[in-house]
Amino acid sequence: MIKILKYSFYDLMRSRWSYVYFLFYLLLGFVLLFLNNELSKAVITLMNVIIVLVPLIGTIFGVMYFYNSKEFTELLLAQPIKRSSIFFGQYLGVAGSLTMSLVLGLGIPFALYGLFESNAIWDFSLLLITGAFLTMIFTALAFNIALSNENKIKGFGYAVLVWLFLAVIYDGLFLMSLIVFEKYPLDNFSLIATMFNPIDLSRTLILLKLDISALLGYTGAIFKQFFGTNLGLMISIVMLTLWTVIPVWRLGYKSKRKDF
Amino acid sequence: MIQVENLYKKFGKNPVLTGLNLSIHSGNIFAVLGPNGSGKTTLIKAVLGMVIPDKGSISVMDTRIKNQWKYRQQINYLPQIANFPGNLRVKELIEMIKDIRQMPSDEEQLIARFGLEPFLDKKLSNLSGGTKQKVNIVLTFMFDCPLVILDEPTNGLDPLALIRLKELIFEEKGKGKTFLITSHIMQFVEEVSDEVVYLLEGKIYFKGSISALKTKTNQTNFEHAIAAISTP
Repeated sequence: MIKILKYSFYDLMRSRWSYVYFLFYLLLGFVLLFLNNELSKAVITLMNVIIVLVPLIGTIFGVMYFYNSKEFTELLLAQPIKRSSIFFGQYLGVAGSLTMSLVLGLGIPFALYGLFESNAIWDFSLLLITGAFLTMIFTALAFNIALSNENKIKGFGYAVLVWLFLAVIYDGLFLMSLIVFEKYPLDNFSLIATMFNPIDLSRTLILLKLDISALLGYTGAIFKQFFGTNLGLMISIVMLTLWTVIPVWRLGYKSKRKDF
Repeated sequence: MIQVENLYKKFGKNPVLTGLNLSIHSGNIFAVLGPNGSGKTTLIKAVLGMVIPDKGSISVMDTRIKNQWKYRQQINYLPQIANFPGNLRVKELIEMIKDIRQMPSDEEQLIARFGLEPFLDKKLSNLSGGTKQKVNIVLTFMFDCPLVILDEPTNGLDPLALIRLKELIFEEKGKGKTFLITSHIMQFVEEVSDEVVYLLEGKIYFKGSISALKTKTNQTNFEHAIAAISTP
């Protein structure tokens, strides 16, 4: 698996897109710091960008890489390698290089700005950790979709749809249901509904940590009261881990049963 | 060497293999023949574990291959269509496969034999179909394995390369290797193979030597014998 990971990673490092992605974050980091003039404010703005953009990039990159490396996969399948190693290796290659672009691209400007002496370091690290989780989750979802769809157009369509649903439509439905059922106690419902969307979960997690949960209004208050910050953090991390592990497990399961 | 028992495989609603039984012993060159869509490639891919059969069992060198992968160390496989990652150079591809297989290899002699030296630093996406096939052959033959599976090895080869390929097959056979070959070029099959396996509608329709096939169909020409067996 390590070898496949190595080749996938090198392959991606040689492609232009990793650099574009890296430079984009580098630029974003500098611009935000320049505009906000303060680390903690920049972290909040950054969160809003990361929450939407990281899943999108993970999805598109994952699908694209999977379809593009079809030849490589077919070549490897006839070699004495375990099937799951091939797919896990490729998955980790993509998720790893994307995470690296994210962490380095944002880390460099913030570190230069004096992140290590400020107290925003924990918030910033949490932001990077959720960013890494979101990359892993959406790359895994994208790999699953691509593995189940031979047709590239269909695969792309479904992947974008999944992103759109989790990033935009889910929130709309959630808010609508809150308004429609406002007469009923919705504490548990809103908690559970948040858990089932990794994007919402990450957003809540960061906002709770940033101590601006008043901005969240209703849901945030419940979250804060229900979990207390530390337990909430733990449960959120566990949920994000589950969100990563389940698609990765399905990837292994499906790849064992597929014909090539 | 290879034991296939009662193999079934459907793609969607289309049954490709329907209860195929086959046993192949070592040291010979077997040609798997059959009309288009008769399941030749599916059979080969099932032996390699790339296609998962619905029913039945396959053993390679007395080990059941279900959910196994180590047995592929004993197999050299030449895929039908040479699809390689286009952004790699020929040299890098060879190094990569060597790195993955971790076996002693003698690619230099093969590169010289097929005249691939000028292409070593070229990207695979810029190669012609025939040159890709030569690279494919080098990758297949550079390891010393007892079982060699060739799916349409003559695809796109020029006459000189074809002669070299035949020489190579005979040399390797001399070392006691077993070959499983599919081809639509009957002349090539007649020259190299010891035994013919004819697939029809997902089953073995005929298995035996070429002369037995000729006697069975009352034909003196191999190509006509195959044509006669295809039209019952």
